[in-house]
Amino acid sequence: MSQLVFIALQDNDNARYLVDAILQDNPHAEIQYQPAMIRIQAESRLVIRRDTMEEKIGREWDVQEMLLDVISIGGSVDEDDDHFILEWKN
Amino acid sequence: MSSVEIKTKTIEPIRKTFSNIQRRFGDKPASRYQEASYDIAAVTNFHYRPLWDPQHTLNDPTRTVIRMADWHAVSDPRQFYYGTYVQNRAKMQEATEHSYSFCDKRGLLTRLPANVQENLLRYLVPLRHVEMGANMNNSGIAGDCVAGTVAQLHIYQAMDRLGISQYLSRIALMLDENTGVGLTRSKGYWLDDPLWQPLRRLVEDSWVVRDWFELTLVQNLILDGQLYPLMYQQGDQWLADQGANDASMLTEFMRDWFVESNRWIDAMVKTVMTESDANAAQLQAWVDHWVPRVREALAPLAAASVGGAAMNEVHRQFGTRLQKLGLTSPGVEV
Repeated sequence: MSQLVFIALQDNDNARYLVDAILQDNPHAEIQYQPAMIRIQAESRLVIRRDTMEEKIGREWDVQEMLLDVISIGGSVDEDDDHFILEWKN
Repeated sequence: MSSVEIKTKTIEPIRKTFSNIQRRFGDKPASRYQEASYDIAAVTNFHYRPLWDPQHTLNDPTRTVIRMADWHAVSDPRQFYYGTYVQNRAKMQEATEHSYSFCDKRGLLTRLPANVQENLLRYLVPLRHVEMGANMNNSGIAGDCVAGTVAQLHIYQAMDRLGISQYLSRIALMLDENTGVGLTRSKGYWLDDPLWQPLRRLVEDSWVVRDWFELTLVQNLILDGQLYPLMYQQGDQWLADQGANDASMLTEFMRDWFVESNRWIDAMVKTVMTESDANAAQLQAWVDHWVPRVREALAPLAAASVGGAAMNEVHRQFGTRLQKLGLTSPGVEV
């Protein structure tokens, strides 16, 4: 059975860097542009890495800054200072 | 009762960004940095040559001997455009202002022994004149260079240097309790003290370097790359050893700023180096010419303050930095 995790972000200037970083680290992810929202889904696992994001945005970045632009998520969260991972483990 | 149905309707924008940005990066939402920085300056249809430099057209790429297929390849890793630059510096300034007012309110500088106060005026405050030179050089480069990304880097650098020179001046004003006596004394050191004359000569010579890329290399990499570690890092330790730890609060901005600005300078040099062998050879030739000159200019200051060991450490670190960029530092085994 297919198990999709997803993250939905507001479509704004901040989130675009995030989308770039997510697509680079998760080549299997699928991106959907919806009105004012960008939804990214992937089979079983999505990872957001701080170092990829810092390289894209050109400054230090706190993983929790992401929450300002998040609309919704699906999946179990594993978060620390260096990454934010959504996955289904079972 | 009728039911209410809420529908969403997607309206696709006809274009996602400006045409010039679309031609460069494709038809997708662009970052503010891209929209504010790329293909801003005119490159064609100049009707008249500037009266101040009739050998060249406006925005003429031949004002430097360095050749790039597209100067926009040099961009800012920090992605500063006016908005983000100003926000970032406002934040830094707020923190620094806090330190200055704390230092002032508690009289942290004026309670230092007289000889240490004099050392601040003699070894730290005269650097404001170096900063004014850096301000002029970077403004000049912003005028002479081509491509919005490059001009932007240098004009922000120029404004940063103006800010740093003002902070240094305020250290003198704190010491002399706003009479201006400290400023005059420290200017006297800059103008007449034999320790400062080689550096003053170097700074004044840099004002007449015509090739703007040579100038950015001399000012932002070779001079600052050795002067900042020497005077603000080693020098900070030297002042702390005399009990002037409190002065560190007033120069923290310079240390933070130096680390931050190195990122774009290194990125710029790397990009230009990898463009062609001719560029790489020219940069190495400039390094060979200017690195020893900067060392000579800093040597008397180092000898009178931080000492030879600290100076050697600065040389070694700078040699390592050059090596990472693909350049070799004359006279230093890394």
